[in-house]
Amino acid sequence: MSRSARSFAVAGAVLLAFTGLASADAVKLGRPALPEEIKAWDIDVRPDGLGLPEGQGSVSQGEELFQNNCAACHGEFGEGVGRWPVLAGGQGTLTSERPEKTIGSFWPDTSTVFDYVHRAMPFGAAQTLQPDEVYAIVAYLLYLNDVVPDDYVLTKENFPTVALPNRPNFYDDDRETTEKAFWKATPCMKDCKPKVEITSHAAVLDVTPDAGKEGDKPAGAVE
Amino acid sequence: MNQMKPGSRVDRRRFLTLAGLAGACAAVGVQPAAAEATPDPDIVNLPPWTQALGAGVNNHPYGVPSPFEKDVVRREVTWLTASSESSVSFTPLYALDGIITPNGLCFVRHHGGEAEIDPTRHRFMIHGLVDKPLVFTMEDIKRMPGRTNRVYFLECAANSGMEWRGAQLNGCQYTHGMIHNVVYTGVPLRAFLEAAGVKPKGKWVLAEGADASAMTRSIPLEKAMDDCLVAWAMNGEALRPEQGYPLRLVVPGWEGNMWIKWLRRIEVGDQPWGQREETSKYTDLLADGRSRRFTFIMDAKSVVTSPSPQAPLHARGPNVISGVAWSGRGTVTRVDVTLDGGKNWTTARIEGPALPRSMTRFYLDVDWNGEELLLQSRAMDDTGYVQPTKAELRAVRGVNSIYHNNGIQTWLVRSNGEAENVEVS
Ligand code: HEC
Repeated sequence: MSRSARSFAVAGAVLLAFTGLASADAVKLGRPALPEEIKAWDIDVRPDGLGLPEGQGSVSQGEELFQNNCAACHGEFGEGVGRWPVLAGGQGTLTSERPEKTIGSFWPDTSTVFDYVHRAMPFGAAQTLQPDEVYAIVAYLLYLNDVVPDDYVLTKENFPTVALPNRPNFYDDDRETTEKAFWKATPCMKDCKPKVEITSHAAVLDVTPDAGKEGDKPAGAVE
Repeated sequence: MNQMKPGSRVDRRRFLTLAGLAGACAAVGVQPAAAEATPDPDIVNLPPWTQALGAGVNNHPYGVPSPFEKDVVRREVTWLTASSESSVSFTPLYALDGIITPNGLCFVRHHGGEAEIDPTRHRFMIHGLVDKPLVFTMEDIKRMPGRTNRVYFLECAANSGMEWRGAQLNGCQYTHGMIHNVVYTGVPLRAFLEAAGVKPKGKWVLAEGADASAMTRSIPLEKAMDDCLVAWAMNGEALRPEQGYPLRLVVPGWEGNMWIKWLRRIEVGDQPWGQREETSKYTDLLADGRSRRFTFIMDAKSVVTSPSPQAPLHARGPNVISGVAWSGRGTVTRVDVTLDGGKNWTTARIEGPALPRSMTRFYLDVDWNGEELLLQSRAMDDTGYVQPTKAELRAVRGVNSIYHNNGIQTWLVRSNGEAENVEVS
């Protein structure tokens, strides 16, 4: 078996060299993953519902769980406390000056709510919620976003039928066609424009962090 | 080109002479102190470090920068986020040179704080649409054949995200500091996927971290099999905890969020997983209310790091304009610099290695007469992509897309040398 660096230098040869070298048996590294081990980590849920655990939960159960576990940061109705994320509302704001991107106004997939709450929330106590509790909280979040009625019971079975309104408004990266003009053969080098005026000054906003001074707080844009 | 030999007299022709000011330059140009009469006390009075012994060799078993460099640190913009466990600190680009970012200065973005992981308890699992799901220990990973070293930039898709609506933050640390560039040591992800045997239906992989956000991203299998690395070292030493110790995914040229830190799991599937960071976040909302998704590639971009608001000019006469450029699509082939807000451009010299998907350093040697400058840089890559102006970007995308702002940056340099973040027509 060849360990020569040349096997990597030649792109075409890499795959062949590597198949021979790095199949688990050939390198005798790693061991089979046990089904229990995969189950412990594989909690992801896909838009088609693949990965959803057995279980169910109602809007009213979700309301109680949400008030106890989530409202301190996200607000009683998902409106967000202080700068903690807003989870509900914002419908019709996506073309406005300050879009409010929430589950109801922006998210494409219901599955993401289940997956994310189960994987990462409550912030600081991740993966402590049981599947039934997650179903209930997701039901409540969907209710807050006018996606389901207040008597709804979300289950593994009806989950794929609950669609979010903004789903149709996502499309795949098209920069290579819509921004084709950025592939300019020869950018201008001389006398490119007749005059230049300053149109915007950072000093006007004055939000740059600085020792001993606290600037205004514009809407944060790091997400 | 334009090589200056150390100690050689500065070649005037190499200097960019501002139109019509060649004569004036010579008149106000800085003359060295040769004609002055007072001797420099820093020369004639021997300083203590010349007479008394300094500290011993192991004063710092792990070396630290000079105390005189204490301001060169990562900084946070506290108003951006609600908690520092889900926040970002910025690389002090204005104070750095060359192309490699020191490990302790690499910007940090966490979504659930910094996981502290005992490497002997870390496991890396490959499963899903594979013939043989596998588990590796860190020791296994470091015994894998095919280890390699590669220099890559990692840029957060939200870098410059605060600048969509206009000039906002004064300093390239804040406007452009969500980037770093280091040499990674690791093994191609392909090696692990091939060890497990990807089934023909496999089209995507899901990468997951072991931190409290269990960060996940869907990555096309094609990219995973192409140049992604499973890395355990940066700049020759173990990954820093804040960069994913003991293991991180390297996804060259693609947005930083995909470079899963504390990497513990790769699942192979036949479609993307619609995770929060590829739906709620890291999708680009355009002016018509629709959103682009899977905008993985970081387009060509550059910024002048000196002078800049945190690094003013101190004297007229010879000065070095310095900056960095990078492209997720390939290699930076050219950087142009303008001093007049984009009327006229001069090609800067690229110095040091120009590697694909790596930061590239450029310089322009100028003779500055104190005239106000509107300084910009414009990067080009080997696909022919030219870094757009902010106006060109906004014309296509509007101002609400947060991510992927690679527009040309302008610094106004005043005659006292101070610089400010501005935009020009
Ligand atoms: C201590 C404060 C806190 C608590 C309590 C909390 N969260 Fe969060 N939540 C956050 C933070 C911070 C984020 C953003 C994390 C990041 O940046 O990745 C977040 C993000 C979210 C998001 C994604 C928002 C978006 O627009 O992408 C959802 C959904 C969510 N939380 C639901 C919940 C639910 C449900 C609970 C209760 C089970 C909960 N959170 C409890 C702080 C909290």
